[in-house]
Amino acid sequence: MTELRETGPVTAAKVAAIELRGVVKSFQSHGETVTAVRGVDLSIAEGEFFSLLGPSGCGKTTTMRMIAGFDEPTEGQIILHGGDVVGVPPNRRDVNMVFQSYALFPHMSVFENVAFGLRRKNTPKDEVTRRVGEMLEIVDLAGRDKRRPRELSGGQQQRVALARALVNRPRALLLDEPLGALDLKLRQAMQVELKRIQREVGITFVYVTHDQGEALTMSDRIAVMNEGVIEQLGPPRQVYERPATAFVAGFIGTSNVLSGTVARTDGGTAVIEPGPGERILVPGAAAAGDVELTVRPEKIAIGLHPPDGDVCALRGTVTEVVYLGTFTNYTVRTSTGAEVVVFVQNASSADDVAASGDTVWLSWEPRHSYAIGAA
Amino acid sequence: MRRRLAPYLLILPGGLWLAILFVLPMVVMLSFSLMQGDVVNGFQLIWHWQNYTDSLSAYDDQLIRSLVYGLLATAACVLLAYPAAYWIAFRGGGRKSTYLFLMLLPFFVSFVLRTFSWKFLLADDGIVLGPLKDAGLLPQDFHVLATGFAVVAGLTYNYLPFMVLPIYVALERVDPRLLEAAQDLYAGRAQAFLRVVLPLSVPGVFAGVLMTFVPVSADYVNATVLGGTNNTMIGNVIQNLYLVNNDYPQAAALSFALMAILLIGIFAYARALGTEDVLEVAAR
Repeated sequence: MTELRETGPVTAAKVAAIELRGVVKSFQSHGETVTAVRGVDLSIAEGEFFSLLGPSGCGKTTTMRMIAGFDEPTEGQIILHGGDVVGVPPNRRDVNMVFQSYALFPHMSVFENVAFGLRRKNTPKDEVTRRVGEMLEIVDLAGRDKRRPRELSGGQQQRVALARALVNRPRALLLDEPLGALDLKLRQAMQVELKRIQREVGITFVYVTHDQGEALTMSDRIAVMNEGVIEQLGPPRQVYERPATAFVAGFIGTSNVLSGTVARTDGGTAVIEPGPGERILVPGAAAAGDVELTVRPEKIAIGLHPPDGDVCALRGTVTEVVYLGTFTNYTVRTSTGAEVVVFVQNASSADDVAASGDTVWLSWEPRHSYAIGAA
Repeated sequence: MRRRLAPYLLILPGGLWLAILFVLPMVVMLSFSLMQGDVVNGFQLIWHWQNYTDSLSAYDDQLIRSLVYGLLATAACVLLAYPAAYWIAFRGGGRKSTYLFLMLLPFFVSFVLRTFSWKFLLADDGIVLGPLKDAGLLPQDFHVLATGFAVVAGLTYNYLPFMVLPIYVALERVDPRLLEAAQDLYAGRAQAFLRVVLPLSVPGVFAGVLMTFVPVSADYVNATVLGGTNNTMIGNVIQNLYLVNNDYPQAAALSFALMAILLIGIFAYARALGTEDVLEVAAR
């Protein structure tokens, strides 16, 4: 767009689709200053599926609204394709948004809803007809163009909202919890659908969600936000397996947080020895002092005898056994007093490994111990 | 059995009320409109349809004037009420009910009393015109009272809340996110208003016009108090025929003629504006 202001020399080869530099947003609420976003830096590549993940009130929606232009940052820069867009109104920004409640125009047909953006840009009539038709085809709504939004199901409305944004071929698409209002089955189907559409149109997607499963399934990269800052930014596997902070560990999936004092180090691996026969090996942890670490529940094995070999070992008492079909979920109180959750896949054994009250041994590979905030 | 009767029992008191106090008088009036005679010798029902043609040709000036004043006052109400309702709905914040209450506050004073206070305000040497004339800003013979303008202004003032409320209700129901969606889809402020807010508020304007135009066209208080002798409306004529001339047949015929004209007008208006197709076209 012509309104974009250049912010200096731009290297043509690798310009980020969206870049946020030191973005801060404060609101005045009942005479108090509330800071929703406290210094966010991120860079989203062209064609990337990028998720902003966090609990409600973490600043993810505010961040998205600033990219769309509905809110202006108190400080910092928002750069879309090399141009600073702070101060540019939403109708002059080449990004489109899919609203949480869809915000479809109730007085217009599906066709008119989708055509709205093209008409505002004075697109020739036959091109409007063609592009809206193509887009309704992509979102599987061909033949429903004369319906009113209220005559459609939730999933169909969702796809109209998507088509209405995508038909404009924006440089980036912003999605604000777009699947939040759908039931579980439909949500899962739409996750696959969204990913397919994104591959098909090749547009940068910025996806705001509080649902970690959704973010892990669809994203190329995830930024986990909490209290206005990004706690961790990385690919789903990294965020899941290597949580950078206790918050990320707790927010994404079920995670066991253990702590202890380093007794000795063994070739770069810190060793914690909570009791006789017990050892927690933490690669890359601090050489001394207290260490906090996480272990994912599915990485832990449960047995009645102390494990052999160079693995982590921890003794405990089973406090709860929950059968979940594919998995059995054990809660174990360890000798250190921490509660550890263990998922055991019900692959071969028909019986539970242990019952409530049993003394068991937990074991896992050292590489699955992950020190939180490891320097 | 009792369950199936319950809805009818619920409607019974209201239904009886309407039957006795609305339907019955209507039937009586309708028969009056076809009678001939006078108060002294009594009236006979002789299916005297001429009452209609006679009264309409005798008072066509007042009838047309009523409809014109009605249209003017309704149009003025829309122009004044829409911005006010818009402001309360979108900018009212936490004080919406206060502003609405202020809109309704004049209703706590009698309708006739309010109209008389306008007469006092607009009097030829009253507190508004007097000083202006003394200062030489207006010619000495300038007057507002006893003009059509005074009548339309009075009608507009008295019926404004009936326009504000339905428009406010319609605007209040417009999701602000629709405005954001329009802006996101490259609509500027004016376009967002014209394509989204305005079409969605049409039902409110529609209801407001109905609630204003009908009573305004039949009003006689404003014309009596503010209009003088040359600006009488059909309401004045009917009132005169009933209460002064005691010519019940002509008065009744004129009443029914007015009712028929208003109903036909409203149906035509509803057909033209009440369908969703209009909104769709407006949105394009």
